[in-house]
Amino acid sequence: MIELKNIRKTFNPGTINEKLALDGVSLRIEEGEFVTVIGGNGAGKSTMLNAIAGTWPVNEGAIVIDDINVTGLSEYRRAKYLGRVFQDPMTGTAASMGIDENLALAARRGKRRGLRWGITKKEREEYREKLAELSLGLEERMSAKVGLLSGGQRQALTLLMATLRKPKILLLDEHTAALDPKTAKTVLETTQRIVSEHHLTTMMVTHNMRDAIHYGNRIIMMNEGKIILNIAGEEKKNLTIEQLLHKFEEVSGEEFTNDQAILSKKDF
Amino acid sequence: MDIGVLFSALPGNIAQGLIWGIMALGVFLTYKILNFADLTVDGSIATGGAVTVVLIISGWSAPAALAVAFAAGVLAGLLTGLLHTMLGIPDILAGILLQIALYSINLNIMGGAANMALSVTQYNLLVSLRYIPKTLLVTGVIILVLISLMYWYFGTEQGSAIRATGTNPAMSRAQGINIDSMKVLALALSNGFVALSGGILAQYQGFSDINMGRGAIVIGLAAVIIGEVIGNALVGKRMNFSIRLLFVVVGAILYYIAIGVVLWLRMPTNNLKLFTAIIVAVFLAVPYLKEKANNSFAKAGRRGNKIS
Repeated sequence: MIELKNIRKTFNPGTINEKLALDGVSLRIEEGEFVTVIGGNGAGKSTMLNAIAGTWPVNEGAIVIDDINVTGLSEYRRAKYLGRVFQDPMTGTAASMGIDENLALAARRGKRRGLRWGITKKEREEYREKLAELSLGLEERMSAKVGLLSGGQRQALTLLMATLRKPKILLLDEHTAALDPKTAKTVLETTQRIVSEHHLTTMMVTHNMRDAIHYGNRIIMMNEGKIILNIAGEEKKNLTIEQLLHKFEEVSGEEFTNDQAILSKKDF
Repeated sequence: MDIGVLFSALPGNIAQGLIWGIMALGVFLTYKILNFADLTVDGSIATGGAVTVVLIISGWSAPAALAVAFAAGVLAGLLTGLLHTMLGIPDILAGILLQIALYSINLNIMGGAANMALSVTQYNLLVSLRYIPKTLLVTGVIILVLISLMYWYFGTEQGSAIRATGTNPAMSRAQGINIDSMKVLALALSNGFVALSGGILAQYQGFSDINMGRGAIVIGLAAVIIGEVIGNALVGKRMNFSIRLLFVVVGAILYYIAIGVVLWLRMPTNNLKLFTAIIVAVFLAVPYLKEKANNSFAKAGRRGNKIS
């Protein structure tokens, strides 16, 4: 369970670039919910995920994960509760280290890192099995440097790393946006499989309305730093893109104009 | 010019290379593993020399003095790390600040003297340029121990966290690694190595000098880079971490052999630093130029001209 209570964040306060990025965001996500987050460019989707991850401190409000108030914890301290996959495939892995070493780093998230071996034989066997489930052949080249992998392979690996130790929340920040459509679909399906297998509480930011409707059991839409739509249950299941656009216009009082759709990429 | 003179100088060059190889292992740790250009070393190598000489003169045994020198280096690295992580001072500047501060501290350690003699006839030293075979043996053993320790440490959870920090800080934070602590830890360890090398160097040359670290970082980088280029050429794909470390020391030895040749050619010693700078520039440029030779606009232009 995660709860955001009236989160506010302003970037570059007092300068000409001042931007109110989160304008009082409140949200409660129950255990096991898979929430997709949509909205135009600059709506605050990624900012909300970064606020949860602790990339920077928020200006106001509280973030509570399973009754633990993490608002004052720095990024690395709250990492133990979170699994994260980023938009840029380069961000989530250490390129100069092996596939197995990257997994071993992730397996120790939130634990004290002492002078025991960084990776054990037993772990390697476990990783071999988990990598085989990705069906990318990575289990045959476990000691290969991650820098040699393609973007899609790196995202799949990052996903595995994020969920190796069951996170309280899985944060997916447009994690397929940098991939070609076919690879993006594979990674999304892997995401779906891992999320339902481990019954993970998940937030997935996406630009793609079709994906946002297809995946997950709840959808929220953001605009100008606020959550303007929140649809769950049966209504979410039967949602169409046209309905979603119509609802946006209704709630925001603006038209989801064509060029806005074009600017925020793909498939509207 | 008698080639015999060159060969007779060779063992001495190798001994110096081994001693600086210890220093280069420290530079490898920050420059290659942590991705941090640490200029503290110019100061901490002289700190190691000063501490060692002062302690041995006041009656300490050479190994005990070296242990304290190592600790002094650790402290220096720690301070650079804290300036960088806690006060937000950029990496190069933090190193320069410590380097300049250590100049005064080193003078104080040596009681205000710019240099202090340490005669091998008066004290029981571990190494000396008068006893080259013993020096080769002792420094060789120290290097093997240090390489084994580094090989072990960077395979542990903590060492892996340092490597991750150097490769991808954003990923490291997301995996719950306190990257600030890792940086401080690595800088402390690195400068410990450097000060240890300074302590051995002071015994070898029979004195410590306030300026003995001037340009040390460039020599350390020269060793790291020469070692890498030669290592990749000789070992190629079978390269692993321990062989990489070994080639850092090989790089230091090759550097001092090159210096030996320069001296043998009777080049004025005033030009040694210039020569060092040229060596480092050449070895840094080689991989870049090689890449460019295969992949340049000039070549693409020629290919394009053929078509049009």
